[in-house]
Amino acid sequence: MVADLVFYLFSAITVGAAIGVIASRNQVHSVLFLILAFFNVAGLFVLLEAEFLAAILVIVYMGAVAVLFLFVVMMLNIDFEELRKGAMEHLPMGLFIGALILVEFGFILSGIHVDGQVHQTANVSNTLAIGQLLFTKFLLPFEVASLILLVALIGAVVLTHRRRKDVKRQNIPSQIARKRADAVELVKVASGQGAKQP
Amino acid sequence: MSLNHFLLLSAMLFTIGIVGIFLNRRNMIIILMSIELILLAVNINFVAFSHYLGDLSGQIFTFFVLTVAAAEAAIGLAILVAFFRNRATIDVEEIDSLKG
Repeated sequence: MVADLVFYLFSAITVGAAIGVIASRNQVHSVLFLILAFFNVAGLFVLLEAEFLAAILVIVYMGAVAVLFLFVVMMLNIDFEELRKGAMEHLPMGLFIGALILVEFGFILSGIHVDGQVHQTANVSNTLAIGQLLFTKFLLPFEVASLILLVALIGAVVLTHRRRKDVKRQNIPSQIARKRADAVELVKVASGQGAKQP
Repeated sequence: MSLNHFLLLSAMLFTIGIVGIFLNRRNMIIILMSIELILLAVNINFVAFSHYLGDLSGQIFTFFVLTVAAAEAAIGLAILVAFFRNRATIDVEEIDSLKG
């Protein structure tokens, strides 16, 4: 089966890229591995007939979120080697917890049996079906999601905005409020004596 | 290719995310990326169940998870940049100003 082969290929690359994210020495490589993982999961979504979400994953995640990470990594001048020091001593603990979680997941998975029959959805495209659900049954969560994005937008701007003290900037009200009498003085200069200093 | 294949893949991704948090517990950027991996695992679960149960609600919820994850990444990185400006480090163990 071609679909099986594609599934194994995509999931193998996904897992490999995820390991690369947490294990690579270079931070930029981590972000690029994250992008690779997102791309392969988008491929898996296509396999699951969720084309709209695959497109969203490519556009929003690879196009926006991962590039945001890349910007931050490149913008900040951080000594990553210093931060990695002592990482190896956490490795046994991390692997132990990871193995524990994986075994627990295995127990849960062995209890799940869904019949292999894929229910055929209505004969419309995935995007149309999602839109029909999103704007009727899930309208309120949809609006709340837009509010969350608005809060994140304003919050990010407020958090990173800073007023610099060492920069001269215009003070528009005081400029407008300035009168001629405050600024200009008419002096009558007598011939041959010059103007006196005020 | 059954539902359990996808669930196993997402379990592995989730575990890698958790191990990443343990492994890089001083580097805040990697921790944020590990959280993104964990959310990705959740999304795979949602979409897989949505496909195999024939219910589109799972994909709608993935949509919301993506929204919240994008907001979380933006705010988290903004906090990171603000913190780096003040303390010139992103070491998680240095972020203890509120400890008193």
